[in-house]
Amino acid sequence: MRYLPLTEEDRRAMLGVIGAKSVDDLFGDIPASLRLKAPLDLPKGMGEIEIERELAALAAKNMAAGSVPSFLGAGAYRHHVPAAVDYLVQRGEFLTSYTPYQPEIAQGTLQVLFEFQTQVALITDMEVANASMYDGATAAAEAVMMANRVTRRQKALLAADLHPHYRAVIETYGRFNGFATRVPRDIEALAASIDNTISCVVVQNPGFFGDVRDYAALAEACHKAGALFVVAVAEVVSLGLIKPPGAMGADIVVAEGQSLGNALEYGGPYLGLFATREKFMRQMPGRLTGQTVDADGLRGFVLTLSAREQHIRREKATSNICTNSGLCALAFSIHLALLGELGFTRLAELNHAKAVQLAERLEKLPGIGLMTPSFFNEFTLRLPRPAAPIVDTLAARGILAGVPVSRLLPERTNDLLVTATELTTDADMEALEAALRGALT
Amino acid sequence: MSNIRYTKDHEWIRVDGNEATIGITDFAQGQLGDIVFVELPEIGRKVEKGKEAGVVESVKAASEVYAPASGEVTAVNTGLADDPAQVNSDAMGEGWFYKIKLADAKELGDLMDEAAYKAFTAEQDKH
Amino acid sequence: MSAPSDKDWSKAVSGFRPAAGGGRDLQDDEPLLFEAEGAYFNGASSRCGVDLPAPPKVTDRLGGLRRQRKIGLPGLSEPQIVRHYTRLSQKNYSIDTGIYPLGSCTMKYNPRLNEKVARLPGFASLHPLQPLTTVQGALVLMDRLATWLKTITGMPAVALSPAAGAHGEICGMMCIRAALEARGDKRSRVLVPESAHGTNPATAAACGYAVDPIPANERGRVDLAALKGNLGPDVAAIMLTNPNTCGLFEDESLAIAEAVHGVGAFFYLDGANLNALLGRVQPGKLGIDCMHMNLHKTFSTPHGGGGPGSGPVALAASLAPYAPLPWVVHQDQGFALLEECAGDAAQSLGRIKAFHGQMGMFIRALAFLMSHGGDGLARLSGDAVLNANYLLASLKDVLTPSFAGGAMHEVLFDDRFLGETGVTTLDFAKALIDEGYHPMTMYFPLIVHGALLVEPTENESKESLDRFIAAMRDLAARAAKHDTEFFQSAPHRAPRRRLDEVGAARKPVLRWRPEAKSTAAE
Repeated sequence: MRYLPLTEEDRRAMLGVIGAKSVDDLFGDIPASLRLKAPLDLPKGMGEIEIERELAALAAKNMAAGSVPSFLGAGAYRHHVPAAVDYLVQRGEFLTSYTPYQPEIAQGTLQVLFEFQTQVALITDMEVANASMYDGATAAAEAVMMANRVTRRQKALLAADLHPHYRAVIETYGRFNGFATRVPRDIEALAASIDNTISCVVVQNPGFFGDVRDYAALAEACHKAGALFVVAVAEVVSLGLIKPPGAMGADIVVAEGQSLGNALEYGGPYLGLFATREKFMRQMPGRLTGQTVDADGLRGFVLTLSAREQHIRREKATSNICTNSGLCALAFSIHLALLGELGFTRLAELNHAKAVQLAERLEKLPGIGLMTPSFFNEFTLRLPRPAAPIVDTLAARGILAGVPVSRLLPERTNDLLVTATELTTDADMEALEAALRGALT
Repeated sequence: MSNIRYTKDHEWIRVDGNEATIGITDFAQGQLGDIVFVELPEIGRKVEKGKEAGVVESVKAASEVYAPASGEVTAVNTGLADDPAQVNSDAMGEGWFYKIKLADAKELGDLMDEAAYKAFTAEQDKH
Repeated sequence: MSAPSDKDWSKAVSGFRPAAGGGRDLQDDEPLLFEAEGAYFNGASSRCGVDLPAPPKVTDRLGGLRRQRKIGLPGLSEPQIVRHYTRLSQKNYSIDTGIYPLGSCTMKYNPRLNEKVARLPGFASLHPLQPLTTVQGALVLMDRLATWLKTITGMPAVALSPAAGAHGEICGMMCIRAALEARGDKRSRVLVPESAHGTNPATAAACGYAVDPIPANERGRVDLAALKGNLGPDVAAIMLTNPNTCGLFEDESLAIAEAVHGVGAFFYLDGANLNALLGRVQPGKLGIDCMHMNLHKTFSTPHGGGGPGSGPVALAASLAPYAPLPWVVHQDQGFALLEECAGDAAQSLGRIKAFHGQMGMFIRALAFLMSHGGDGLARLSGDAVLNANYLLASLKDVLTPSFAGGAMHEVLFDDRFLGETGVTTLDFAKALIDEGYHPMTMYFPLIVHGALLVEPTENESKESLDRFIAAMRDLAARAAKHDTEFFQSAPHRAPRRRLDEVGAARKPVLRWRPEAKSTAAE
């Protein structure tokens, strides 16, 4: 078998050194009754030829969002990842290395993470960031738990237009970790609910329905009540164009980093970003990379403030997280490095301009209402009829028309979330406009 | 120094009338290694005997610091924020953590004196 | 070893150091992206590594929230970026470089076939919220992987969505707590062996439980009597690892299961060490209720410098109803996703992650399993255990194995062999770096002093093991000769010498900052 280097001769020689008769004898500590007598009922081993054939056949049963006009968003975004990213990420020294516990021989990973932490702090306009979390939703849950630790309060207010998955994850953690959550009906109700029993307010900008808002006033209301203001960002490219959460008074920013460097991949692996103020640094969950010197006085990087983490603090850890999303963070970092200031801002401009063009086309369609007056690259349309069947019909005709909001919020049957990115062409927009017009007549 | 008492968790408490100064012992700092951070209670906080009052961190460990007696925190050693190494170099003096106004001096009754603590740590050392 | 004093480490000091693994060409230091020459040119001189078309002219709809200040990102061309990351990568040790004997991590070979198939556009370009009719191939794949995992573990159900092992642990513990709450049973404690991985108690605490440690006996296994003494109707679960973190099979597992179930508690298995059992033991037969797996350990998905992982959780029938969303189910018209707590999934504990799980890792793990086949699993675990025992047999006269008898897929030594030399486990490990190897896991598990936990995996050849053994024996001999200074000053040949972790923690510098304030408009 191509991955197993030992030959029968090797095994015999090694058993001789060990003093055992057979490999099976090495499992003697396991009671015989527990040991399988025959191979499990599973397909036999295959070579690359057959595996590629089988998996390619499965892949062919899917409609790749990259191969048809595609307008899906709602927390995962189709962007162009430059060719160099994937080649660099697959260098064996990156792909097959581990958590940098031996920093002397992991300076590659550690410097990448230090640069990544810097990039995240810069784009969110915050002071410090960690070396990644699983995704935006779990990062949001960790942010609430951190706010609970900092304020010693156990109740969080969640905005009504927080991504339903983010809300669901926070609520799950709340149920088992022992904190309460409330979702006031709208922003006004949210502001009115802020008092000195709440640990934090969590909003999303741009919101789940696409709205872009200035939350500075809400942040101030939080601070007056001694609560933390948490902002979630699901589309990280938006930070290239709109006022960042740090400038709005955020205490913690969490984000989904998938848009940069990482393919859609049917929902994972994705990349949680987590940034905060320096005064809260020691309360941050997850790994942190810090700068230091070695025995010769040369600058180097190490994992630091580890005493907060599970392998030292155990049951008192800031989080149970161990493995995070290192390779996705690397991809993010390379992509953002390639873009730089110029490229990142231009990418964001391009996304917004395409979305405006698309909105201008679609809002003119009879019976359709645009629900989002200000947006980045995603907006909500209210259709005169349920959106999900229309989306299904269009999918059968090779157009992925957007996400019916009812998929995540069952009561919003007629709403459709539509996204445009730099990959959206005029032909794509033409096709969607024509298809929707046809579907609604 | 007959007015110092010690806990099984290696905190010391030095009483001066109704006030007491609290820290961790030299033995404890040796066990922890180079101290990198000390989390101290806020002034005004009421600490309870036997309950957590702070945290002391080294690179390889983080330990709760428990209050040897109950009382209200009247002062904290703010110098430790810039120079936590003082806990290593002078745990019993410059490396003090916080001071309290004692709620009940009788709570000190079950703490060890210097001789008892010396014997206690001698036992601990032979692991 | 004391920290250097008064070092201004914020100044970059350039120097020459060889790449990781020794024996490579000398290399310059690689400055930070932000420090690259020309990274912050302005106007027409500024660089960009991506060519993007000019945005069409539109009237923006940003609600007046256009960003006012520069972000402060550096700008470089594509070749400069490629060189930057290539040179950084060369400072890393990796599985591709050499043996990576980290106990408890299963650093096995990451097959490139996995990478190829994961990148098929029909998988990589799927949006998680596409209509289900357009992703049937993806759902079939998830179902197929689930079938493999259920068969391997002998468990009836599997939740695929946890993003890593620790996430799987918290998922499993949440299922347990949900099951207890459903029967109106409020319990407060979880029992965790002292040898357990730190994520176990951290997870139990995160779920609102107090953690009680159980000691090991002199055979390195969980002390059954101590466990029974600690059991009570207030115990929600025990979290056990099998084989345990000492590399030993917990042979009293059935008795443990009986005792635990006897008080109405649940048996959680940390499946990090599943590599020793593949194709030979189905953990489901050990009386467990719940078990997470690490696709990035046992199932060869890459570690990538710290993730992403994937931590599916196998569940007994008693816990299956509480599995987190979404559920992959087979219906008349094909596969579907249950995404609400309704119908069959009415008792689901809800979501622990956005979307569906680490699909990219599912594909890789499935390709790996298809490669070995059901008929190849026993040989895989056999070679893993053979390699570990070969190391044990070849080193036990110069190192000190912590427990008598053989090992499973990993072997535990402690620092007794270093005796009065003054050389610590840490020093020994740093000297191993100079031999061209990544050190084994150090100081874990906590139940022995100065632990060295070695796991070679099934992918090491005998030649590779023999070279490693020779290096270890050399070092042990050198330590025995009390060559303490050599060990304490190691490593000498790595890209960096020993780093000041105390200073890094005392004065944390977690990011680069520009020297002068930006003069960009507010």
